[in-house]
Amino acid sequence: MPGASRYRDCDTVLLPAFPDQNEMRTWLERQNYLIDYTLAALLRRKTRNLGLLLVYTLLVFLFASVLLLSQGLRREAATLMQDAPELIVQKLNAGRHDLLPAAWLDTLRGIRGVSAVRGRLWGYYYDPAVKANYTLMVAPERGLTADAIMVGATLARVREVGVGDYLSLRAANGQPLPLKITALLDSTSELLSADLLLLSESAFHQLFQPPADTYTDAVLTVRNPREARTIAGKITLALPASRPILRAEILRTYDALFNWREGIVFLTLGTLLLAFLILAWDKAAGLSAEEKREIGILKAIGWETGDILRMKLWEGTLISLTAFLTGYALAYVQVFYGGARLFAPVLKGWAVLYPEFRLTPAVDLQQLLVLLAVTVLPYIVATLIPGWRAAIADPDAVMRG
Amino acid sequence: MIELSAVSKIFHQGQPNECRALCAVSLTLQRGGMTVFKGPSGSGKTTLLTLVGALARPTSGRISLDGRLLSNLPERFLTEVRRHTFGFVFQQFNLIRGLSVLENVMLPAYPLGRPHRELTQAAQALLERFGLDGKTASRVEWLSGGEAQRTALARALINDPAVLIADEPTANLDSALSGEVLALLGELAAQGRTVLISSHDPRVCSAAPVTRLIELHDGHIVGDYAC
Amino acid sequence: MLITPALVALHLIALCVSGALLLASGFAWTLLRHWDIASGSELQIRLERRTYLVSTLLGFVLGAELLSLLLFVHSAESLSSQFVGAMCATGVLNINAFGFPTLLLKIALFFLAALWLLLNRVDQQGHDYPLVRVKYALLLAIMPLALLELLLQSAYFLGLKPEVITSCCGSLFSAEGQGAAAELAGWPVRPALLAFYGMAGLLLGSGAALWRWPALGALFAAISGLTFVVAIAAIIAFLSLYVYENPNRHCPFCLLKAGYDYVGYALYLPLFAATAAGLGAGLLAPCRHIASLRRVMPGEMRWLTGVALAGFGAFYVLATALILRSNLILLG
Repeated sequence: MPGASRYRDCDTVLLPAFPDQNEMRTWLERQNYLIDYTLAALLRRKTRNLGLLLVYTLLVFLFASVLLLSQGLRREAATLMQDAPELIVQKLNAGRHDLLPAAWLDTLRGIRGVSAVRGRLWGYYYDPAVKANYTLMVAPERGLTADAIMVGATLARVREVGVGDYLSLRAANGQPLPLKITALLDSTSELLSADLLLLSESAFHQLFQPPADTYTDAVLTVRNPREARTIAGKITLALPASRPILRAEILRTYDALFNWREGIVFLTLGTLLLAFLILAWDKAAGLSAEEKREIGILKAIGWETGDILRMKLWEGTLISLTAFLTGYALAYVQVFYGGARLFAPVLKGWAVLYPEFRLTPAVDLQQLLVLLAVTVLPYIVATLIPGWRAAIADPDAVMRG
Repeated sequence: MIELSAVSKIFHQGQPNECRALCAVSLTLQRGGMTVFKGPSGSGKTTLLTLVGALARPTSGRISLDGRLLSNLPERFLTEVRRHTFGFVFQQFNLIRGLSVLENVMLPAYPLGRPHRELTQAAQALLERFGLDGKTASRVEWLSGGEAQRTALARALINDPAVLIADEPTANLDSALSGEVLALLGELAAQGRTVLISSHDPRVCSAAPVTRLIELHDGHIVGDYAC
Repeated sequence: MLITPALVALHLIALCVSGALLLASGFAWTLLRHWDIASGSELQIRLERRTYLVSTLLGFVLGAELLSLLLFVHSAESLSSQFVGAMCATGVLNINAFGFPTLLLKIALFFLAALWLLLNRVDQQGHDYPLVRVKYALLLAIMPLALLELLLQSAYFLGLKPEVITSCCGSLFSAEGQGAAAELAGWPVRPALLAFYGMAGLLLGSGAALWRWPALGALFAAISGLTFVVAIAAIIAFLSLYVYENPNRHCPFCLLKAGYDYVGYALYLPLFAATAAGLGAGLLAPCRHIASLRRVMPGEMRWLTGVALAGFGAFYVLATALILRSNLILLG
């Protein structure tokens, strides 16, 4: 008799004695079938799900762009800062930056732990033609002749000049000072050199006419980088009007700035996230009559609440996975190959001279976890309750019509 | 053997629209044969079938299958038992639109995780038996009434259940097709399956394979005849 | 106030966890009062249906809680460049009084969440929801802790002021200091090594015994817990010294840095997982007496024991490899 001897005695429950199957394999097959069915169902209702998928992808794209860009900028800044001086000393006058007397250099050399001291000459120049600030610096190691200069690529681009052209700057006494561009600065370091103009010491003196025996600031090399903070303390004791600036402090400040800006953008995107969650909830809760019928039928023919719920979760997972991968990939391309135009203004700051530079692609586990926590987790939680409500339909309702 | 003792089903208990679909029904259904539940709409025959077929739990009373208690099982385990014991054919056929005939037939077995090839072969064998092997890949929307009915029947049998429950199987068919369906059901009964049908169609009640006729009225059993 | 994406994410997770647990607690209270598996009343059916939702929701949410411990430590580590004096997560956690308590509470919640998830898994295999009352009673116990975690974490994050100078791990985990961390750092090497490997032996023994006699579950759980404590103490007392090749550096967080190939994660992840599995084995051992679980319990116990032993094994193997590979000689 069919079906008669198929019950295994097991306490008070009748369980089927199907041929011995590996439990794991059964579980895998079951998930396979569920995914199959879910995919087919999703494809059957393409138009309904497409809108949600687009918004979801957009959300992931925006969040990922911010994260990737910020990470890239931070990494870039850290790499470039590696060659920056460990310690910079400036003189303060009434709390403002003042020129540093040459005599200070000897005092600084005398402090234990300092291996080398060098005075620097640099300043800012406002160019009314393009309404931009240039940074002018004397670079003795470049061996520039009296009126030769080297400029950053962005500067050259904005001023529409190239090698061999003359750039005329207005000196402190009002006279124009023509300077010849002999080379453009290496574009790989555009982030630092965007607005940079290197000139000789005599040109600097002609342009700004600073008092004799002064420097703008002094850079120090220390023997043991870990002692930098202690040395800074000694400097403040020896030269009370000085302000030592540690490279670590600069990095910290940049970090904090990027963090803060990134965080603000994140919070702003939070409103978009909320809107998206409402959309997701609404869509999950608003099952069409056809969908309700289907679930009823499935329950009547032997699927139980857990199976329907699992199917709904697979739906969410498949949509999430598609949106996540697409959004992330698009963000990656946009940030690292597309010039990162999207969030650049917010993260890089307000300026006229935007350097063109390529960020080094970087992916980070923490970033991915954060992205998942902020997009996928809320989505799953938002669609869980409506999904459950759909799943608890009465199986006998189908019989009762 | 399915035993019901003092089974009641009340919908919307405690609310103003409380409805007593079944009142203290006691019944014993033996294995094998074809039993027809007859009665006007509202008599509770559909509710009785849902309880017998473990689609719902009674509000009070006990239902046991082969001596094992079913009525206190939570939904999950009730469904497990139901999957392997009962097959359903609905009045409206209730096939899933957008899927092919073959997929519809295989659906009830999905949660069981049977190996794909074995399942496909079983489904195809069933469809062949019911004369549908030419239509396995067609969409169910394109089937005629009789074909849809037979697909639903194949779907009900995919898990090799011991009991087949059909709710108003001839309601949407003409007399020729009705006769065909009843013959099919009779065949299944002859093979040893228990067939339970609910109907108010006199052709069904007087069909040859029927072995027992139970009459219901207002949630009570008012007649029980052997045929 | 510090706003970074990681912190935003951690806030979000903590809010989701607390919110979900609050909702679930309301349900748990109703369930504990009215659950009656034998009745077919509508209330019972509604309760059963609700358990699907609540169990699934809690599954996700507690899983997120597990991840948030990882994210928390990782964030503390990566924020160390932000704070003067901090070289690793220790400094960041020390910024205000809420840092370390939040970490400890998160660890406690990690284990409770893991235990709940294990209970849930076993309960779903019994046809009459045998553990449902235990499960939801445990939930009512977890809920206040989760709320406390939300408060502590928020207080901690709100109090993260970059201008505060914090102390580094060198001062906190040095043998001359005061407090629990210093005590652990001051543990002499030879007895520490003996205790460390002694526990390994006990683990193996009790694990093998558990395989054979499931009644010893509680013993195995106790030994697992003890091994966890001894392992952490050992890391502070001597293992970190071998990794840093510096006889004075005891910090357990610097192991997580890239400079040491993230070996900290390779040590801590298996350790935590194994402890959770071991504690789970102990918790679930009494369940083998339950009729509806009799069939599945032996398999579950074996699986848990296996996971625990594998995790601890991986930890010990790595620790030993680190000791042998190191250029530091601590024992003459």
